[in-house]
Amino acid sequence: MRWQSDPLLHVEHLTMRFGGILAVNDLSFTAGRGDITALIGPNGAGKTTVFNCITGFYKPTQGRIAFARDGRADETDVAALTQTARRHARMASGDIYLLERMPDFEISGKAKVARTFQNIRLFQGMTVLENLIVAQHNPLMQASGWTVLGLLGVGPYRARERDAIEKAKFWLNKINLLERADDAAGDLPYGDQRRLEIARAMCMDPVLLCLDEPAAGLNPRETGDLNTLLCMLRDEQNTSLLLIEHDMNVVMQISDHVVVLDYGTKIADGAPAAIRSDPRVIAAYLGVADEDEAQAVAGERAGERT
Amino acid sequence: MPAGHDTATSPATQRLNNALREAGLAALISAGLSFPILALGAEPDINNQLALQTRWSWMFAAIIIIACARFFAVMLDGWRARTLAMAGLLCAAFGFGTWYFAGIAEPKIVGGTIVAGLIAMLAAFPIDTSESRASIAAKAPARPATILSSTATSLIATAGIGALIAFPLAMLWWFGSAGSLKWINNYGIQILIFVMLGWGLNIVVGLAGLLDLGYVAFYAVGAYAYALLATQFDLSFWICLPLAGIMAAFWGILLGFPVLRLRGDYLALVTLAFGEIIHLVLTNWSDLTNGEAGILSIPRVTFFGVPFTAGEGGFAHLFGLEFSPIHRTIFLFYLILALALITNFATLRLRRLPIGRAWEALREDEIACRSLGINTTNTKLTAFALGAMFGGFAGSFFAVRQGFINPNSFTFMESAWILAIVVLGGMGSQIGVALAAIVMVGGTEALRELDFLKQLFGQDFNPVQYRMLIFGLAMVVMMIWRPRGFVSTRTPSIFLKERKAVAADLVGEGYG
Repeated sequence: MRWQSDPLLHVEHLTMRFGGILAVNDLSFTAGRGDITALIGPNGAGKTTVFNCITGFYKPTQGRIAFARDGRADETDVAALTQTARRHARMASGDIYLLERMPDFEISGKAKVARTFQNIRLFQGMTVLENLIVAQHNPLMQASGWTVLGLLGVGPYRARERDAIEKAKFWLNKINLLERADDAAGDLPYGDQRRLEIARAMCMDPVLLCLDEPAAGLNPRETGDLNTLLCMLRDEQNTSLLLIEHDMNVVMQISDHVVVLDYGTKIADGAPAAIRSDPRVIAAYLGVADEDEAQAVAGERAGERT
Repeated sequence: MPAGHDTATSPATQRLNNALREAGLAALISAGLSFPILALGAEPDINNQLALQTRWSWMFAAIIIIACARFFAVMLDGWRARTLAMAGLLCAAFGFGTWYFAGIAEPKIVGGTIVAGLIAMLAAFPIDTSESRASIAAKAPARPATILSSTATSLIATAGIGALIAFPLAMLWWFGSAGSLKWINNYGIQILIFVMLGWGLNIVVGLAGLLDLGYVAFYAVGAYAYALLATQFDLSFWICLPLAGIMAAFWGILLGFPVLRLRGDYLALVTLAFGEIIHLVLTNWSDLTNGEAGILSIPRVTFFGVPFTAGEGGFAHLFGLEFSPIHRTIFLFYLILALALITNFATLRLRRLPIGRAWEALREDEIACRSLGINTTNTKLTAFALGAMFGGFAGSFFAVRQGFINPNSFTFMESAWILAIVVLGGMGSQIGVALAAIVMVGGTEALRELDFLKQLFGQDFNPVQYRMLIFGLAMVVMMIWRPRGFVSTRTPSIFLKERKAVAADLVGEGYG
């Protein structure tokens, strides 16, 4: 139960409204450090909207997203930070970021929350290696003296660039694409592009990696490889993962914690085994006859009351 | 092709019928259209009143040409055969026209062009059959072009730079002091100015993918910065040059801020408006810029303080040469060559730095950039600022070369011209842009020398008037033949084992 004992991401009362549409409705959940947290739900449940709020691509209508990059985010510290106008503070309990206040590139660059996209967003016209080097933009920019020193050819840029290539090679090895390092990313087959996007995000040394449907469009063998890769990220790289996924094989096999959304509202939250047997989740996913659903919900309510 | 009925018409016959029907239809439509436009003409008669004149021959010529063109378009599949047939048709029409309309009865010209045209049209048919056979046989995907090795590239670059350094001296030796002026000035310097402008704009359009239609504004800022600083404060060119660059970069950032949120067409519109604003301000702010009259007697370039004048203390006297105005021109050539090479080396170096990679990543996918911690605002602003800075350098060179500037040198036409060089060269390619500048600027200059056409069309024919028409036609053909420019592939900025070119269809064009 690391999402209760050692959470790194606190999503609290998150609401996102587009005009008259309520995409996310008062959603609260936590993600544990070192966990693979799965966010599941039927199509249109608002999963990607939650992702876009966490990674700063949308500004949430309401709610707080507190991120403890290292250490714990004590409630009192988060509350104290919320009172100020600041986005980030180094508190006694560690670095705390209020993601809803930060622009997208700072969330990825400073808070170290990386992401991938549902429709793969690689730099298609750049090579595989270049994609991984671009992901290390901020440290390299600093090494090149914000371009000035690099343009003059002085400073540590050459050495730092070599380090960046080494890191890229490390990740290319992990995803078995070292042979194709000099090919255009757009030339890779679909499954390789998916893995490359994950490797590109990992080149930023993220603390939390958000994956939007990483298994979409993969065949069963590729899905198996993906599971291995994601477990490796968690166990060897100590990266916490938050993933949206429709493939229940992936979700149930590798995730430590599952949050279920339906129509923008959380309907279940718990360990995979508990989610699998939850009648409301089954109802939302498979659809049931109206009276069955009414019964299931009534049963749940009765259970809650007692 | 729709399956025929039971009738035993072969596909070839069917196709011929089809082509004849299409040609007939095209002839009917062109008859309807050309009757009021070509057949009926109104011209003033002796009493200066409009009188209706009929020009049936014009109309029939148009109908025949259009019908033939349509016939070939339906009959021929391959683009080589089509191009050949159309060229033959135009050639034959041209030959016929010179005889019938222009009244030139030179049998060699008339007969030659008509026969050549007919042969070309007939030759198109066998070419078409062999071409379509070949295209069926070879369906294998083309291998991506490999890039020249770095030693070969540096060898070619060194040879090219060597040739450019030798160019003015060779011209001087070949044509003498008076004759070489045209070659060094009109061709050499003029082309190099546009090479430099193209390279500057290439940063914004080619690398960062931000469509800028107002680039001439920065060229103007640089030119006026030098002109005003030099005439008002007596500053030397070498002090003004960096100041002009900084000034232009400042205006680049100023333009950058409001357009950061705009993309694509909207970005293009605002940059276009910015170019016009600068032009209008230069025209109307007479107190500062002297309006349409422009700024006169801008200090001319000196050889690091030594003026290019006759007599005591001048350049020629100092070096023991006979005075000649060509010395200044040659110095200007080397000056713009140095500036252009600085632009090139800076751009090549920037491409290998994080900022350059971020520009290209921005062109490929802005949202992905933001997910990787790249501050897209700053990235766009640096692209605008650096592109503008090189435009400013080129502008101050322009001012020191001309000695006189007024707002008419900085119209939208110049912006369009520079953008055309970048697009024709292949967005993002340095060598492509240089080639395009040579073709476009050198080509329009070369088209001034069409005097031989006077022998064909008579002495009152002025071929210079047609050079833009010919040039426009050439541009259209180029864009059909190579829609992504001369160099359409992208060279990666870094590689592990082998530098492979990235195919053009994968490289993004940017949305702004």
